[in-house]
Amino acid sequence: MLAYIIRRVFQSALVLLIVGLVAFAMFRFVGDPVDNMLGQERTQADVERLRQQLGLDQPFPVQYWRFLEQAVQGNFGLSYRQGRPVSDILIERLPATLELAFVSGLFALAFGIGLGVFTAIRRKGFAANAIMTLSLIGVSLPTFLIGILLIYVFSVELGWLPSFGRGEVTRIGGWTTGFLTESGIKALILPAFTLGLYQMTLIMRLVRTEMLEVLRQDYIRFARARGLRERAINFRHALKNTLVPVITITGLQLGSIIAFAIITETVFQWPGVGLLFINAIQFVDIPVMAAYLMMISVMFVGINLIVDLLYFAIDPRLRVDRSAGKAT
Amino acid sequence: MTREGRQGRANATPVLSVRDLIVEIPTRAGTVRPTDGVSYDIRAGEILGVVGESGAGKSMTGNAVIGLLDPPARIAGGEILLNGERIDNLSRDKLRKVRGRKIGMIFQDPLTSLNPLLTIGDQLTETILEHLPVGQPEAQERAIAALEEVGIPAARARIDSYPHEFSGGMRQRVVIALALCAEPDLVIADEPTTALDVSVQAQIIALLKRLCREKGVAVMLVTHDMGVIAEAADRVAVMYAGRLVELGPVREVLTRARHPYTAGLMASTPLASLGHRRLRQIPGAMPRLNALPPGCPFNPRCERAEDKCRQPPAPGLEACEGRAACWFPLTPDAEESAA
Repeated sequence: MLAYIIRRVFQSALVLLIVGLVAFAMFRFVGDPVDNMLGQERTQADVERLRQQLGLDQPFPVQYWRFLEQAVQGNFGLSYRQGRPVSDILIERLPATLELAFVSGLFALAFGIGLGVFTAIRRKGFAANAIMTLSLIGVSLPTFLIGILLIYVFSVELGWLPSFGRGEVTRIGGWTTGFLTESGIKALILPAFTLGLYQMTLIMRLVRTEMLEVLRQDYIRFARARGLRERAINFRHALKNTLVPVITITGLQLGSIIAFAIITETVFQWPGVGLLFINAIQFVDIPVMAAYLMMISVMFVGINLIVDLLYFAIDPRLRVDRSAGKAT
Repeated sequence: MTREGRQGRANATPVLSVRDLIVEIPTRAGTVRPTDGVSYDIRAGEILGVVGESGAGKSMTGNAVIGLLDPPARIAGGEILLNGERIDNLSRDKLRKVRGRKIGMIFQDPLTSLNPLLTIGDQLTETILEHLPVGQPEAQERAIAALEEVGIPAARARIDSYPHEFSGGMRQRVVIALALCAEPDLVIADEPTTALDVSVQAQIIALLKRLCREKGVAVMLVTHDMGVIAEAADRVAVMYAGRLVELGPVREVLTRARHPYTAGLMASTPLASLGHRRLRQIPGAMPRLNALPPGCPFNPRCERAEDKCRQPPAPGLEACEGRAACWFPLTPDAEESAA
């Protein structure tokens, strides 16, 4: 078990290195930061000097190496645009994104699993079919369109919920939270729904498919033959067996909730890291982009690792020592 | 319940009485009857073997008794009586309380019958707690006793094991323990040995026989294996195309078959008890249920068929002393020439 974790951590580090390398290879196609930084009035000498100062005259593997050298010491450099340490900027922005991702992830999981089980058990009922049809909308409509539609209905027409921003936030230590004020919670509803809707429908359809598959298994039939209650059969016997594939997908989806928050944050002007990243691209703010990408990949890799460990918690068959061999 | 109690009652009422049971499945090509007019009794402490080819309606009958027919299959006629009380018209919830408590069921494949994510102790205690008025500690003790009864060594230590930690034969023992843990009066064993190694098969059959004798439960043993029937059953019911074609004590039916199909089945089965002989096959195949011939369903394959056999009505068991559904049964003496 420990060996497994160590091996996985090692693999994760390798993945991170490769992600960084690819990112740095692509940065030069995004644009030239020097153009933005010096403005219209500049001489060729200014440009050259700044390039040299920033190390942009070096080939990208060298730039990447320098970035790594600094990064392992916890130093991600200064933002070209704001002139402040990138780590400070990210930490400042991160709570907004994490709170948004947390709420929409929770929403996606709770409703995804609940509706998935419901539509599987009542698969011929009218309500289940209606939900399945509606879920197609969730899967097929792009996030930004849903966001704009919601803004139109609930902010413009009904005026119930704010269309942008985070509302009032409370500062607790280094963390800012919108959970404690009414305007903060109101501001969270639309973006969280928008961000979670796709994941919710995905999880729901996955749970339904897996559940239908499991309900056909012999051990479900045997559980019925033993006279167990439907509730025990559905939730104790069936749902647990659907969870392994569901956890895989859900874990990856939670990662992408944070990554895809970029679009939702742009639509709702949510002051999180996604919006920061979009602005950084426009300004070719390489240190911010690099740090953001590394942070997202760390999250993905970390979630993957947690997902793999969760398998062990759920499925006892995986806990067996491999060398012992299996009876089947 | 004591053995004497069960057997005392057994003399009065059979544990299971199936009367003219008809199971129907509506299909696009018309309604088919996988079980058509089947009647038999099983007494306490008795093993009734139900034998026949695939699709003869053996399992369908068992599923109908325990109320687990998969829709659109449904009971279209007849009665099922458990200890003299009808159970085929019970509400879903009442039927659920009969399953497990009054009727236990054993399935074919022990590898897939157990939930892989729950310990065998969990699965046993949940069944016991569902049906018997006992608390968790008592249920745990009963679970251990049930495992010991079916011959799981070190049951106390293994109760928290998961199904995958047992071999196939041991898992089938666990399945049997699960079927018996709420002390049912009837056990339906649907091909309980088919998925097992031959050496393990014999152990499981011996176990079933012992439990049937010791606990006085009635057993419906559904199988296509004549060897298992010969070894385990007290009486045997032979099914063909959804109909009961022969019913009688196992020794009688196996050695002196009265129905030509049973005779053909015996002639095509290698059985040590019948000595070395050439195996013969029955020409043709069992008709599909939506294309049954008029009259006796066996007539196209039967050497003895005459005009009467090709016209409705199909013969019932009463055509030959309540023993064989045949207009022209084999006489007990003619058995040698037929087989």
